[in-house]
Amino acid sequence: MTTPIAIEVNCATGEVIERPLTAAEITQREADATAAAARKAEEDAKAASDAVAKDALLTKLGITADEAKLLLS
Amino acid sequence: MANTYTLIASVTVGSGGVASIGFTSIPATYTDLQLFASLRADGTFGNAWYDSYVTFNSANLSWRDIIGLGSGTPSSRNDTTNFVTLGVPSSGATASTFGNVALYVPNYTSSSNKSASMDGVSENNATAAGMGLHAGLYSSSSAVSSITITPYNSPTVKFAQYSTAYLYGIKNS
Repeated sequence: MTTPIAIEVNCATGEVIERPLTAAEITQREADATAAAARKAEEDAKAASDAVAKDALLTKLGITADEAKLLLS
Repeated sequence: MANTYTLIASVTVGSGGVASIGFTSIPATYTDLQLFASLRADGTFGNAWYDSYVTFNSANLSWRDIIGLGSGTPSSRNDTTNFVTLGVPSSGATASTFGNVALYVPNYTSSSNKSASMDGVSENNATAAGMGLHAGLYSSSSAVSSITITPYNSPTVKFAQYSTAYLYGIKNS
């Protein structure tokens, strides 16, 4: 895999530099991606669990989702 | 635009994209800074928008956010991590669309902690679109001399060609 490129403008000189990411920057990006995947998995799991709980509640109440919306409107 | 605005520098991303966009050696001769960016990411993370983040002097800020996703009720979020703006369309959004991010940094040379405000709205010809209002805190006595914006979710995703960023300095007189 080619090393990703960062673009930087030196505001003092106007020079535009395109340089490969440093090892630290690559490590940070990999850590970000791991954290993002964990966060998404957590959010997806919560959404799935909420959907199951919602269906169970509607069944318990004996009403449809549309009827529940009507009640809350 | 008020004549106290001065364009300090700008960037247009070329073919192949870039992993981050940065402004370095920002002069300390203005009162405030304003960054306007029009961005698109070349990857997706299951959403029509792509999470991206901003650093000052290579350090993260602490953010408080209100975010909307194109449907449902907007929600609040505290970002102790560096996961901030949703104003960047992903490759899953309508082709060739770019989002808008505006970042304002008052008193960026202050020796006290600095505040920042940011809004970002992605673009998509569909219901799903990320948007957010963000209040940031940069806890440092150093002047802000560099600003970088980076895609968050993947080590390989880049800002796409034709993304732009413009940094302005603003004087109060």
